[in-house]
Amino acid sequence: MSATPDLNRRTLLRRAAAAGLLTIPAAGLLSACAGSEPAQEQSSGAEKSKDNPFGVQDGSSVKVVIFNGGLGDQWAKEDEAVFKAKRPNVTVNMSSTQKIKTEEQPKMATQPSDLIMNSGADIMDISTLVNEGAIEPLEDLLAAPAWDSEGTVADTLLPGTVNNGTFQGKFYVMNVAYTVWGNWYNAALFEKEGWQPPKTFNEFFALAPKIKAKGMAPYVYDAVHGYYPRWALMATIWKSAGKQAVIDIDNLKENAWKADGVLPALEAWEKLVKDKLLLPGRLDHTQSQQAWLDGKAAFIQVGTWLKNEMAETIPPGFEMKLSDYWSLGAGDKAPNDVYAGAGEGFVVPSKAPNKAAAMEFLRAVLSKEGSAKFAGLTKSLASTRGSGDNVQDSALASANELMNNAPQDLISVKFWDFYADLDKESQNLSAELMAGRLTAQQFVDGMQGAADKVASDSSIKKQTRSA
Amino acid sequence: MRYGVARFVTGFLALPVALYLFYVVWPFAQAAGYSLTDWGGYSDRQQFVGLENYVRLFSDELIRKAFWHNVFFLITVPLFTIALALFLAFLLNVGGREDRAGIRGVFGSGLYKIIFFFPQVLSLVVVAVMWQQIYRADGQGLINGVLMKIGLVDPENPITFMHDPAPFLGVPAVLWWLLLIAVWSGAGFYMVLFSAAMQSIPKDVFEAAILDGAGRFHTFFRITLPLLRDTVSVAWIYLGFIALDMYALVFVMTPSQGGPNHASEIFASVLNFTAFQKGQFGYACAMGVALAIFTILLAAVQLKITRRERIEY
Repeated sequence: MSATPDLNRRTLLRRAAAAGLLTIPAAGLLSACAGSEPAQEQSSGAEKSKDNPFGVQDGSSVKVVIFNGGLGDQWAKEDEAVFKAKRPNVTVNMSSTQKIKTEEQPKMATQPSDLIMNSGADIMDISTLVNEGAIEPLEDLLAAPAWDSEGTVADTLLPGTVNNGTFQGKFYVMNVAYTVWGNWYNAALFEKEGWQPPKTFNEFFALAPKIKAKGMAPYVYDAVHGYYPRWALMATIWKSAGKQAVIDIDNLKENAWKADGVLPALEAWEKLVKDKLLLPGRLDHTQSQQAWLDGKAAFIQVGTWLKNEMAETIPPGFEMKLSDYWSLGAGDKAPNDVYAGAGEGFVVPSKAPNKAAAMEFLRAVLSKEGSAKFAGLTKSLASTRGSGDNVQDSALASANELMNNAPQDLISVKFWDFYADLDKESQNLSAELMAGRLTAQQFVDGMQGAADKVASDSSIKKQTRSA
Repeated sequence: MRYGVARFVTGFLALPVALYLFYVVWPFAQAAGYSLTDWGGYSDRQQFVGLENYVRLFSDELIRKAFWHNVFFLITVPLFTIALALFLAFLLNVGGREDRAGIRGVFGSGLYKIIFFFPQVLSLVVVAVMWQQIYRADGQGLINGVLMKIGLVDPENPITFMHDPAPFLGVPAVLWWLLLIAVWSGAGFYMVLFSAAMQSIPKDVFEAAILDGAGRFHTFFRITLPLLRDTVSVAWIYLGFIALDMYALVFVMTPSQGGPNHASEIFASVLNFTAFQKGQFGYACAMGVALAIFTILLAAVQLKITRRERIEY
């Protein structure tokens, strides 16, 4: 989820070729390797035991691909060491990249890597992977004993992690980073000015003139990637209209976008735009984050990878703190629910030659030792319990605090993972709303129209969620 | 042909032809094959669906929108690029004063040639990344920054370039801004191409025209342009190909790769979304094949129309 949409020339050209550059569209490149020999299945494997729950064979090798984005890839190298300590006779071939789909998709039908961290802007569409049967369900991993603590792997996971990785009733995606979203502010500045971080939109609207008086914009957002503002919009909808309303939206229920509470949530955002509380200009994620760090704006909304992503340019004396998304007020159905969940998902391709070792590697990633190193290196929580206990960091501590006070339900939205069309449309409309070109009512109508179109399209496989 | 020569030539050609067949022709054939299936791209399961994908193309609103955007580029990119390139080439070669050395370009034309050609040396992605900074939609952008300093742009309301879908002459502003980059980066190469063609026109033709009292305007339209017909025609076709592509610029520069809200969607961006995000490779291949057919037809028509007698000199 920590998007790093930067490009390098080589991969762009490769994709450009794939999408039809120059004189004749070379769509054939897309498919150049389909239809060749299927990969050879690893032979039966070693005996399964409590210490070797998947029957990993000594002398085998496992190919692991890491997404090298906002979280870097140093933590993965630490995990490799954890893995090697217990399985010295298994060769780990680890590589890291930002171009997951570009590099891994062409191999999926024939000879895929064993374990792929499917993340970033260049991500392989999860629904397509599930629908095509291209990835393996990971129930065995959940049921396996934990690497270095009591109980099963499932017991060690934070709430929401299993739900986040479940598609069509099966657990497919092992998300390893736990992200908390919300509004960030500079605690040092707020203390100096005597400002209280608002809890509701009305408190924010009351504080805004004071922020403006200091020559700051109250709010800045990423105007290039529509999924950034979309998190905030959906969080407000969840808080205002309640959990069931978002579940209905995800399930494409009739008139789900017209449910009580959805429109008022979007109207709060419409007011924020109309009242000119945004920093002028159209910035991307890092530019907007830098503008916030430079004190040009008071609030920015993003996930907990922010600290690691901007680590090099945080000015001295800047104290990053996370606060919950604002609610509308007393009439809200779920004002205190926090937007959090596991992201940065690993998948095991169905045709991977060494699935046992891939799952064993995941077990190592989720170990106490591995998780602690992850939190220490990335200043983000791992999706296992207690990973951040020993890390001293104000940003991480504020996220921890938010989680500790959170009710049982966590905000989660699925429709953009379920349907690529809705993903695109909701990103576009979110950006339009934030640009002031759409009213809240038009946004609702547009999303309802897009949802109805997907619902009535028989060529799209439908998915549902119940929790 | 002498005995053995045929075998000798075949021996040398066999390898490149085989490589060409395998890496160029075969993927094309494969794409055409996949366009008749519902292949999703991530598995080896696929079903034959006949021409269904092609039928779908004609009722796809997004494709239609993308098609018209491509048509916009198809008309404007060659038109503006060639006009600018011709103008520059003319000034650099025959636009200057006439002296004892005969006809020559304007003063300092050697330097200008290098400057104008320079964008051609840069990869299109580098160009796009550079223009991102020029077009940056706040006070730190090159254009916005300068205009704000002079007071022509309100700091509260910067020009939004890639984020501006407001129509100008019926076409979203973002497409015009992209056009500017395409023309800027393309003109240099065609300037050099036209310069070379102009230099092969004998100087005495120009001198005769000047003796007869023709000004620059008449020299250009009565002599230079007609004699460059072949070169311009070829340039038009090449630029047509570029206009049907435009993928790199749209991909790197526009929000949501085709945004805002589909305002800069082109064939290639829809194809990319359909194949990689939606996982409908079969349908995406159909788009590619359709675009290929369109491109080939266009080139054929173009060559047919512009074919004329050559003037030998």
